[in-house]
Amino acid sequence: MVRIDGKGNGTALVRVRNLDKKYVRGTEEIHVLQGLNLDVDAGDFVAFMGPSGSGKTTLLNLLGGLDLPTSGSITVAGDEITKLSAGSLTSWRARHVGFIFQLYNLIPVLTAFQNVELPLLLTKLSKAERRKHVETALAVVGLTDRMGHFPRQLSGGQEQRVAIARAFVADPTFLLCDEPTGDLDRKSADEIMEIIDRLVREHGKTVLMVSHDPRAAERARFVLHLDKGVLMEAAKAGAGT
Amino acid sequence: MKSFRLVWANLRRKKVRTTLAIGSFAVALFLFGLLAAIRMGFRGGADAAGANRLAVINRVSLILPLPLSYRDRLMKVPGVAAVTYASWFGGVYQDERNFFPQFAVDKDTWFDVYADNVVSPEGRDAFMKDRQACLVGRALAKRFGFKVGDRLPLRGTIWTGNWEFNVVGVYDGNRPEADTSGMFFRADYLEERRAYGKGTVGYYVVKVGNPDDAVRVTKAIDALFENSPFETRTQTEKAFAASFAKQMGNVELLIMTIGSVVFFTLLLVTGNTMAIAVRERSGELAVLKTVGFSDRRVLGLILAEAVLIAGQGGFIGLALAKLVIPRLSRALPMLGVLYVSPLTFAAGFVLAIAVGAAAGLLPAIGAMRLRVVDALRRI
Repeated sequence: MVRIDGKGNGTALVRVRNLDKKYVRGTEEIHVLQGLNLDVDAGDFVAFMGPSGSGKTTLLNLLGGLDLPTSGSITVAGDEITKLSAGSLTSWRARHVGFIFQLYNLIPVLTAFQNVELPLLLTKLSKAERRKHVETALAVVGLTDRMGHFPRQLSGGQEQRVAIARAFVADPTFLLCDEPTGDLDRKSADEIMEIIDRLVREHGKTVLMVSHDPRAAERARFVLHLDKGVLMEAAKAGAGT
Repeated sequence: MKSFRLVWANLRRKKVRTTLAIGSFAVALFLFGLLAAIRMGFRGGADAAGANRLAVINRVSLILPLPLSYRDRLMKVPGVAAVTYASWFGGVYQDERNFFPQFAVDKDTWFDVYADNVVSPEGRDAFMKDRQACLVGRALAKRFGFKVGDRLPLRGTIWTGNWEFNVVGVYDGNRPEADTSGMFFRADYLEERRAYGKGTVGYYVVKVGNPDDAVRVTKAIDALFENSPFETRTQTEKAFAASFAKQMGNVELLIMTIGSVVFFTLLLVTGNTMAIAVRERSGELAVLKTVGFSDRRVLGLILAEAVLIAGQGGFIGLALAKLVIPRLSRALPMLGVLYVSPLTFAAGFVLAIAVGAAAGLLPAIGAMRLRVVDALRRI
């Protein structure tokens, strides 16, 4: 269940209250997010849509602990991340968040296997355990036969699949996707959305996704519209359940 | 270190740039090895100098002689345990390019004072018996292939004419870096044949019984010959060797200046290389931070890269220096015994690592402070 009225009962996985984010550029103050409230339950798949500059990516960065709000609070699985120090926030991110970016953001000098393994380097898993986890993740995205390939040897769709595997290999609490299909052709975009959809349906992952693509957003269980920093409405998508 | 693969992969990202950076460290450390070896070569005499030996030279100049009669008077100075003397010969073997130092020494006392010139008992015996005997250093013997039984002809430049010597032994040093590039022969042979300068010696070496008496003995010797036609200047052998080396100019200062400039330049060049590398990878560093790499870990990754470049380059440069410098030493004997000691190797390696770390520090701090959202926005 997703609510934007700030009246959730406190059992939500993600709880956002009165979130404000302002930027100052020169003498100009830009109010990116204004008094935003949000409750997302575990296992939900939420898409944020809205025009450019509406604050979608800023909201995603705040939810992922990459940025700090001007005011308000964000609580994820009981941790109020807006009160964490920078160091604690980094380790929290390693345990709880998987990021998927529009431009994949793979490390070009590492193979698909090594890219997926990156988050596991921060854990206490042995080499053999890491290998097992990486192979499983790559199998889920259908790239077992490409694990030794470098990003330049993969297509855009394959690169994004590697990025998805990297995002969930450490079993994070939720996945944050920033325009995951924005750089892909239709077919590849559908394949990527199918994988994300499966992660929600079959693996019980919670996904919060920013997208301009209505077809991608259709997959989400809930679609929220963000305009001028305000969550305007909530709508139930037609598919993805 | 689990992240080592990432560090290694990043080093291989721009192979030409990494190779050039490693190469600049290699060249700098080779130069360091060479300068350190030359410095040691010049200081060799000073380092080998005994704390209980004093050199007595003519007060006016090292090239002016002292009377042989001073020997007995020196022996009588309280605190003096032994006295020996030597004279620079300056002969030419076959060609002037074949320079090596030759000294006429007192056969009876030289080895009492210079126990660090190690000669076999047979060699010493033969030296005592044969007026034309000479002892060649191990390095000199190797350089020209001299062996016991050879005749060694020299063309005199101070005392002209052809001089012939019999090689009766090879002397070694008591340290690996000891200078064994010279030759000793008997002063009585020189005395007998030379046309002028009879009854004089180049300089005296006085051995004091107790090194603590050195200052007192020094003053006593100079006071003894004050106001005589041959006033003396007595100094520790270390100071004597250092002043001998200084005749070539302040080599040490020159070497230190060159070395400092090279390392400062290296610091700037490597620092710039690392800064460019970090700037190019700001997006990737942001991704690492996004997946949970801490600021310190990112700092460590960049520093590790810089140190690995420095370490590899440093090792290659020093290894080359160790390999090449002894050959260079044989080709340019006037520079003395050039030798990259284990201490020089270790010091050079530590220096390379320190310069690498210093060069990587600012870019690494920049990477550590990188804000993820800003860097991701730039991708």
